[in-house]
Amino acid sequence: MTNKIVSETAIQPSALSRWIKSISLTSMAPLIALIVLLILSAMVSDHFLIPRNLTNVLRQVSYTGIIALGMTFLIIAGGIDLSVGSMLALVGVLVIMILNHLGDGWMAVMIAISAAMALGAFFGAINGWLTTKGKITAFVATLATMSIFRSFTLYISDAGEMVSRNNLYSDVGTGYFLGLPVPVWVFLILAIIGHILLRHTAYGRHLCAVGSNPKVASYSAINVSKVYFLSFIILGFTVGISAVMLSSRLNSISPGDAGLFYELDAIAAVVIGGTALSGGKGTIWGTVIGAIILGIINNMLNLSGVSPYLQGAVKGFVILIAVLMQYKRAQ
Amino acid sequence: MNKTLNEPILRLENIRKSFSGVQVLHGIDVTINSGEVLGILGENGAGKSTLLKVISGLHQATSGSVYLDQKQIHIKNPAVAKKYGIAMIPQEFNLVSTLNVFENVFLGQELKQGRFLDKNKMRERTQALLNQLETHLDPDALIETLSVAEKQMVEIAKALVHDVRILIMDEPTTVLTNQEVAVLFRLIDKLKAQGVTIVFISHKLKEVKLLCDRLMILRDGHLVSIEPVAGLNEQEMASKMVGRELNQIFPEHSQASTEIALQVEQLSINNLLHNIEFKVHRGEILGFAGLIGSGRTEMAEAIMGLRKKNSGKVKIFNQNVTIHAAKDAVKHGLAYLSEDRQGSGLIMNFNLPENISLISLKKYIKGFIQHKKTTESAARYSEQFAIKAPSLDSELQYLSGGNQQKVYLAKWMDTDPEILILDEPTRGVDINTKKDIYHFIHSLTEQGKAVIIISSEMEELIGLSHRILVIREGKIAGELVGKEIEEQKIMFLAAGVNDKTPRMEPIL
Repeated sequence: MTNKIVSETAIQPSALSRWIKSISLTSMAPLIALIVLLILSAMVSDHFLIPRNLTNVLRQVSYTGIIALGMTFLIIAGGIDLSVGSMLALVGVLVIMILNHLGDGWMAVMIAISAAMALGAFFGAINGWLTTKGKITAFVATLATMSIFRSFTLYISDAGEMVSRNNLYSDVGTGYFLGLPVPVWVFLILAIIGHILLRHTAYGRHLCAVGSNPKVASYSAINVSKVYFLSFIILGFTVGISAVMLSSRLNSISPGDAGLFYELDAIAAVVIGGTALSGGKGTIWGTVIGAIILGIINNMLNLSGVSPYLQGAVKGFVILIAVLMQYKRAQ
Repeated sequence: MNKTLNEPILRLENIRKSFSGVQVLHGIDVTINSGEVLGILGENGAGKSTLLKVISGLHQATSGSVYLDQKQIHIKNPAVAKKYGIAMIPQEFNLVSTLNVFENVFLGQELKQGRFLDKNKMRERTQALLNQLETHLDPDALIETLSVAEKQMVEIAKALVHDVRILIMDEPTTVLTNQEVAVLFRLIDKLKAQGVTIVFISHKLKEVKLLCDRLMILRDGHLVSIEPVAGLNEQEMASKMVGRELNQIFPEHSQASTEIALQVEQLSINNLLHNIEFKVHRGEILGFAGLIGSGRTEMAEAIMGLRKKNSGKVKIFNQNVTIHAAKDAVKHGLAYLSEDRQGSGLIMNFNLPENISLISLKKYIKGFIQHKKTTESAARYSEQFAIKAPSLDSELQYLSGGNQQKVYLAKWMDTDPEILILDEPTRGVDINTKKDIYHFIHSLTEQGKAVIIISSEMEELIGLSHRILVIREGKIAGELVGKEIEEQKIMFLAAGVNDKTPRMEPIL
């Protein structure tokens, strides 16, 4: 017992000091980047700090941000889902069909929203089933379902814009609460729930273990396929909610364009937020910051009159920088 | 290769090597002569493989110098070693199974004609090498279609592409049948006649006696002796290898109770295990001996629900139980410490509390995980086991092997097990940690827990066990109790009667 001193000093610092220690400088990188970006944006454009602009940025961010929350779970588990954009369009079209079938009134809206969550979870379960039971790698399985979901979307809508005939539905997506748009509230509340699920429940702990080393997880009496499968369902659920937010904002959905490239934005937000694509490690608040960084970059480029054609390039560079920083950190 | 025989060729001076703070080699001084076959003997963890990896450039010595032909050289990586004519045939082959023989032989050293590969020339040279090795391998055969012995021939051919002066073989015979061993020995004689120096690691004393000119014995990273084989008999080799009195590091046996803790009946897995039956009592340590690949680990995994079994009944404290998954086993008080600590034991990017509470997490949940409680409990274990870690928040990858092993033990102890299956519980840990672990295992039996130990280290099995079962080819070959337990008897059972060169680790 030569190292008694070591263990004694290691025992139990207070919760606060543990919290401070846990947010070491390296894990703060996304937050620092966000603050730098905020200052830069404020200097570049006078319009940036106008509350209306800021709430618009947040609203813009929330659609892919909600999906990115679910994507964080799946990526931590060691998976990836390319089908979320198509899935969003499919759920969106189905929701409006259900809504138009049910007619007017809040009841119809509530049923439609519940159906969206259930449908999202169901489509997520299909992806999860293909990867766990079918043993197809997540990349390939969701590449296939990306194509399938989009195709079904176009087929059932005849490739035409689907417009809701319920005159209350649009209140969901356009509404405000305490000065913030409803989708932003939904994004933030889901982020808090996601954080708690990831950090403070057995499921979250098991998820990290599965993503880090599935063999160790199975030897530690964890049902690896179940944990992995559930992360697909969580992601599908967030896609369902995002579909509601988007389609109710416009009171319609366009089957060809809705959700196009959302998978890339969601994955980018997760990566910029510091979650490793190799799995096993990640944070929800990082993803929230990652999504907001992407939104602010778009907004700043718009405000400063940069060609919209160049915006994709800037986004790409930001992703590269984020990944390079992760790589350096890993060394 | 016209060097005169028995001139010094390679000299190592004061070679030291440590891995994350644990010293594995303590200043080794050796001179290797040209054209000799030098055997290296030592227990697991004695530092044999590490020393050879330093010579072949896979590891860098922490300090010390290497001289080739009296000139100091720096072997930064295997490519440099190859340039100096030093090649190593590793225990686990480095062959690409989807490529064919000649592509593997020339992998990374392809012959080219202009910008393109000169396949014909590579094929011809491979054929020539294979002829020299007296094998009938087809240079175009795919690696995945070859037997283990054939793969080894390919590895040797790969080493011979360049003029090799020193050929290092790390336990080449463990994977071979007796006939294949004979072929290998003929080949070694031939290479020796050509002036090639062979460095040969083996656990088999008979082989070493037969093949080697000189023998070097390592123990706990120190050079014990280096002398001509002719003057040594097998007993002397063994005692030099083990060196210390066994009872110094092993505690006294505690009294086992008569209450049966675990009873296994008719456990079978297709082609792996046949009708395994045994019992273990409270307070007893039951040892499992057997060769690598005899089915010991698979047996443990089947009991734990980690592997499908074809038949088998498990009784715990006289109750029939069904175990489909590790979760069921844990619920019934079983624990299984895997032999592969990093691959199946611990999450390397989790910290101590996260690892220790991973299986027992339910204990710490009241609505949500009570992080404070997991930290407190990790602190208790680190005190109890004297775990050396920068802090409890350190990720496991920053701990030494011995400390990782202690965390792994703590992780299972936190599930409050009644029956523990410990598979190679001291693999890759230093001698002091070994002693700590042995005393801890002893304390478990004093608390009335039942312990099963699976180990390749004879000394450990004999020092700890009340009873030893020997497994051979998936069957229980015999049982040894109390005073009957002797290395010779275990080996005899493990290797079978007719096997003249039994595969055993270590063999005595």
